[in-house]
Amino acid sequence: MNAHDLLQTVGIVPLLPLLGAVLLLFFGRRIGEPIAGWIATGLMGLAFLWGLVMLGAALSLPPEARSVSSVVFTWLPADVLKVDMAFLADPLSITWILLVTGVGMLIHLYAIGYMHGDPGFGRFFAYFNLFAASMLVLVLGNNYLVTFLGWEGVGLCSYLLISFWNQRESAAVGGKKAFIYNRVGDFGFMLAMFLLIAEFGTLDYGITGAAAGSASSGVVTAVALLLFLAVTGKSAQIPLFPWLTDAMEGPTPVSALIHAATMVTAGIFLVARAHPFFEASPDAATVVAWIGAITALLAGTIACFQPDIKRALAYSTISQLGYMVLALGIGAYTAAIFLVLMHAFFKGCLFLGAGSVIHGNDENQDMRVMGRFRAFLPVTAMGMVIAWLAITGVPPFAGFWSKDLVIESTFEAGDYGLWVIATLAAVMTGIYMTRLIFLTFYGNARFNDLPQPDAIPAVSGGSDDDAQGAGVAVADADVPPYTEAELGYDPDYSPTVQYPESPRAPRLHGHDPHESPTVMLVPIVVLAFLSAIGGLLNLPIHGLEFLGEWLEPVFEGVQQPAPSSFEEGLALTGVAFFFAAIGITIAYLIYHRGLRAPDRDPLKDKLGHGANLAGNAYYYDAGVSAFVDKPGRAGARFLDETVDTKVIDGSVNGVAGLVRRAGDGLRALQDGHVRRYAIGIVLGTTALLMYLLAYVGR
Amino acid sequence: MSIAPLAASLEITPSYYLVLAAALFSIGAVGVLVRRNVLVMFMSVELMLNAVNLTFVAFAKALNDTAGQVLVFFTLVVAAAEVAVGLAIIVAIFRRRRGATADDLTVLKG
Repeated sequence: MNAHDLLQTVGIVPLLPLLGAVLLLFFGRRIGEPIAGWIATGLMGLAFLWGLVMLGAALSLPPEARSVSSVVFTWLPADVLKVDMAFLADPLSITWILLVTGVGMLIHLYAIGYMHGDPGFGRFFAYFNLFAASMLVLVLGNNYLVTFLGWEGVGLCSYLLISFWNQRESAAVGGKKAFIYNRVGDFGFMLAMFLLIAEFGTLDYGITGAAAGSASSGVVTAVALLLFLAVTGKSAQIPLFPWLTDAMEGPTPVSALIHAATMVTAGIFLVARAHPFFEASPDAATVVAWIGAITALLAGTIACFQPDIKRALAYSTISQLGYMVLALGIGAYTAAIFLVLMHAFFKGCLFLGAGSVIHGNDENQDMRVMGRFRAFLPVTAMGMVIAWLAITGVPPFAGFWSKDLVIESTFEAGDYGLWVIATLAAVMTGIYMTRLIFLTFYGNARFNDLPQPDAIPAVSGGSDDDAQGAGVAVADADVPPYTEAELGYDPDYSPTVQYPESPRAPRLHGHDPHESPTVMLVPIVVLAFLSAIGGLLNLPIHGLEFLGEWLEPVFEGVQQPAPSSFEEGLALTGVAFFFAAIGITIAYLIYHRGLRAPDRDPLKDKLGHGANLAGNAYYYDAGVSAFVDKPGRAGARFLDETVDTKVIDGSVNGVAGLVRRAGDGLRALQDGHVRRYAIGIVLGTTALLMYLLAYVGR
Repeated sequence: MSIAPLAASLEITPSYYLVLAAALFSIGAVGVLVRRNVLVMFMSVELMLNAVNLTFVAFAKALNDTAGQVLVFFTLVVAAAEVAVGLAIIVAIFRRRRGATADDLTVLKG
């Protein structure tokens, strides 16, 4: 079997986790813990191995022959529009396969430890595998519709996993929010596809891409902007970003895999895949670049004030995605994909570390009552410190090479406004990440500072009274009063801490925080290692730009901005690192001793109103909620009560009434007298005969 | 004067049959329309049916095509079945209401 034929078997990669999903969906409960988790992890491992085989096969081919499509079956044989269920193995999709299966496998492994004792253990891994299968279909699609299938699949899995602990109100709401925000984006994706069908008669990436250059600029810009609307939904960019922070209600492995490492990069993938449209439309590309840059900066400022470790990381993810989108907008595709990969390593590591902190700290996510955790969670602390150095862009860690490449490319692209914003965002990255690390692992230990309230019961004892009280209250709503013992978590306790909230006492009950089991530490260590050495993938030295060379055939003919000389690159890198170092230093000076009291955040105290503005995410989410609540609801009511009842129902009922009145009139003819009918027949026949004789018979 | 010219002038052409059939059909149609007794109306319908049969046969002979004759047999078979059903209905009506005047039978009015 030669390499070309081997690449046609790429469909096996999504098939493996799909198999796991089906198996665990039906038998997950019976298989139980921990076998279900090992099955899911093992299948991801096999998929990763097959991904490596694909990589080897592609590398053995000459670069221009590394794009192989394989048709599984004809999906829509609709005359003019024929859509195949077809997979495309090329450097772009193979890169993403390895990312999804590799990082995915590690996070699956981690989840075996994290989800320990959860009654929904099997269900969790079924969803997790289904997510991986959908994501792989998304990146392997040979046309927009197959990608859209995966796109919707990952959206569904995201929803299912955010609201995994669905007896918890905030989780149920967060899942719905993610789904609805993404629906707005999907709308753009669908309209883009309709436009493509109307213009080109096909959804194939190759054909539409080749035709993009010669199509009218209006169509190309429309397609690009509609696709970008989908990207802002999936990759949490302005204006569709608020769902990502509420997605943190899901279990932390979900946040790491779906909402940091893989799914949110689907938008980056889509733009890279559809790059001919963005190349052909400079206007659309400019919009993309500015949205990305502004998102990177604003999300960075918001992250600086979050008390919740996971929400801070979520805003950090939005900010980093902003960098990737910015890189796409200026045409630096390789830089964007490089950052996707490195971000998957260090942000995956940070999220898994945060999960380890939360796990060892009785579900507490409030950084204000942490501090000095390096003494209690040494391995987690080490991993997260490496990831922190990586994300802030300290040499020689992964972020230094990838994020600085984006900033350099922005400078080279010639739009210095974008470059200033990107550099400011790097300062923010330094501030919020250093703050997070020092509040969590260094400074003073604050987890015993607040009195343990007696009102929060341990597990038994007082909780029975609570459960009964709650049972009476919710009985009206027909919700069975589940207890913590049945669910594996307390449905009335939401671990999320929003910005203006005052700190809560951790529920440690006098214990110290503890380190996580080995099964959770191994993925953290591996990802930390990758965050440290990931830069080797694409060093800015001629001959060592492995990723750039590997992706070359995908972006053939695209002029990617890059430093023209090594010295120039070095100077730009120096500037970018200088600004990152400023951010790190600021946060270090403020937070290296920790907090004097859990409810006093010095950065917040210094900035006052500015802190409130950024901490509340510029009231954007609140504004959207208010808008939907008042004018949105009024609009819906108008449509319901006026348009639906009067116009739509009215027209239907009007037609029905007309028919009934006509029927009443015609009923008189049917009077039951046979002879009257007979005369009708005779007269009719005679008239017909006379007509035939008079006109037709001639 | 031989008999031959007389015979020639009395030759029975298809139009004779057609005229006879038209007359029978009209008598039948008028019968259906003016009589109120369902039994008589039924007989009138049979008359119309047979007028049509006559037409078929006449044309079959004139055009030298047996299809018309074949069709008559079909008509006869169907008419036999129709008579059986029709008479049964009329008998049922007589049993129920002591008389069968078409104008009284209006239960199917809309």
